[in-house]
Amino acid sequence: MSTLTDAPSSTPSPPPQQEVVGAFSTWLADGWTVTWRNLNKIKRSPDMLFFAVLQPIMFVLLFSQVYGGIIEIEGSDYTNFLMAGIFAQTVVFGSTFSGAAMAQDLKEGLIDRFRTLPMNPSAVLIGRTNSDLALNSISMVIMIATGFAVGWRFTNGFPSFLAGVGLLLLFSYAFSWVMTLLGMVVRTPETINNAAFMILFPLTFISNAFVPAASLPRPLEIFANWNPVSALVQSARDLFGNTPDGIVRDTFPIEHPIVTVFVGVAVILVVFVPLSIRQFARTSSR
Amino acid sequence: MPIIEAYDLVKIYSSRSGTVHALAGLNLSVPEGRVEGLLGPNGAGKTTTVKVLNTLIKPDRGSARVDGIDVLADPQRVRRIIGASGQYAAVDENLTGLENLEMVGRLYHLGVRQSRRRAAELVEAFGLTAAGNRPVKGFSGGMRRRIDLAGALVNKPRILFLDEPTTGLDPRSRLGMWETISELVREGTTVLLTTQYLEEADALADHISVIDQGRVIAKGTADELKAQVGGHRVVVTLVDAADSGAAREVLARYGSAEPSGADGGRELEVAVQQGPVALQRVLADLEQQDIRLHDAGMRRPTLDDAFLTLTGHPADGADGTDRADEIDPDGRAKPTDHQDTPRRRETVV
Ligand SMILES: Nc1ncnc2c1ncn2[C@@H]1O[C@H](COP(=O)(O)OP(=O)(O)OP(=O)(O)O)[C@@H](O)[C@H]1O
Ligand SMILES: [Mg+2]
Repeated sequence: MSTLTDAPSSTPSPPPQQEVVGAFSTWLADGWTVTWRNLNKIKRSPDMLFFAVLQPIMFVLLFSQVYGGIIEIEGSDYTNFLMAGIFAQTVVFGSTFSGAAMAQDLKEGLIDRFRTLPMNPSAVLIGRTNSDLALNSISMVIMIATGFAVGWRFTNGFPSFLAGVGLLLLFSYAFSWVMTLLGMVVRTPETINNAAFMILFPLTFISNAFVPAASLPRPLEIFANWNPVSALVQSARDLFGNTPDGIVRDTFPIEHPIVTVFVGVAVILVVFVPLSIRQFARTSSR
Repeated sequence: MPIIEAYDLVKIYSSRSGTVHALAGLNLSVPEGRVEGLLGPNGAGKTTTVKVLNTLIKPDRGSARVDGIDVLADPQRVRRIIGASGQYAAVDENLTGLENLEMVGRLYHLGVRQSRRRAAELVEAFGLTAAGNRPVKGFSGGMRRRIDLAGALVNKPRILFLDEPTTGLDPRSRLGMWETISELVREGTTVLLTTQYLEEADALADHISVIDQGRVIAKGTADELKAQVGGHRVVVTLVDAADSGAAREVLARYGSAEPSGADGGRELEVAVQQGPVALQRVLADLEQQDIRLHDAGMRRPTLDDAFLTLTGHPADGADGTDRADEIDPDGRAKPTDHQDTPRRRETVV
């Protein structure tokens, strides 16, 4: 069985001037390999695709059809008002998948396998967050289509609409990094999901996602106005041209939602990317 | 120069339930081309040792070198020359066997085409050609193990770390795995493997380090370890269990230690200094007392005996004791292979 080991490899190191370019291209290649591997999982486990496709459809239909008739928004149709909120809620929840998947990989020993390979260590995390961005993008397209079907229209032009979608996905991407770190620290996929729901339900519901913040009781209204999810929803709503006339903008995040989202994304990435990479380098299955 | 060296490794885990010295000053030195067996009971520190050497964890103290490269200072260079397979098969359930190996190849930067070729080669070498295109999800434990081991060979490593490579395999797959490992060794690969099976260490390892409580407590070839225990064992099987007590007394008379064997059981055994002489005397005494025998004999000590003597507890449950030591100190029950290892018993009379 000389195929097993013949010619022990003494990997020749690349000439120095190529090292930087080489490191960058292997980093890209490694990131792509892991992304490919994660996407395969989506393809091969139908339950996950089911989740990514049917859940958004369900949310859009449930909220628009159940509450559409009851909730009156001054100066806007409820379906139009709602859609940015549903989109934001779905992509934020979608990011928790990063954490559960990371914990799962850790449990199955795949992280150990990756960590004994001479690959770029951040590639596993890049691959993770990339593939979850892809999954969230699928959900996004499905939701947009369902939204159109129930009568949602954006009124601010196509480029603005695209910008709104981009902003939602950007936020979800940054949030995946938070969940990735959590996945490595908590280590149990089930716990991650439970913990995420405990945090994300209040975060998405005590916001302007489903009703205007002003209609909430005063303490909740204050929370809602400073809630980063509200800024995200408000940005998308503005960009889609779905903001009702009577909306009160008396806090900075609601006054400048897009700036707030960009700052939030930058802060999350600056904090959580290095933390995740550091955690990865010392994580091993038990 | 040894190709694997560990010096004074210490690793301490603290948890609510207390502090565990997983490694308590472990030293190891493996020359090139050797199969070194790390032998030890559950929780001895085998996995921890391997994980320090294959760059997965950093020790709290001590140093380690692989092929002269400092594992702590330059883990990335170590990763290029080693292959590692962990205690539990690490394979992606959703990828096929081939895809799993191809992914590993690409992460070794072999390039897509070369990775694909290497994957096909390995799948064939491990007898998985027919299953190679199926998702690993549907693989048996033994097939997963083989894919996992194949993953450790993708870059044709000179140094291979295998943590309990045959745990969970049926006897036939275990033999197959032994064969594979032996072939690798013939090619000149240095192998560090851990096992709880004395028989496995005996069959595969050129040299064994017995680990207990985070330290190497004995080392040598299998024969040397057996010799440390010395002497012979006299073994008798009674026709009538009622004679057990009397037979025990006889054995105790000539043994250098307490006779072993279940009370009231029909099989008794005792360590003796002068095997042939002791056997004759035991047989004479038994005959005088009209104790009838099914079988009687003498054997050299096995690694089991060596282990028992060295650590004060059996290596596995093969002695009919319950497997209480299979539970980690922190109370986690471990999945282990409950098939008893076949034990060798040479009867010389
Ligand atoms: N990540 C960890 N956290 C806490 N304790 C740990 C951790 N890893 C290992 N230990 C403890 O360290 C000790 C040595 O563990 P190790 O896994 O090295 O043993 P082992 O010899 O491989 O045992 P086994 O035969 O069960 O695989 C055990 O008591 C174990 O419980
Ligand atoms: Mg172990």
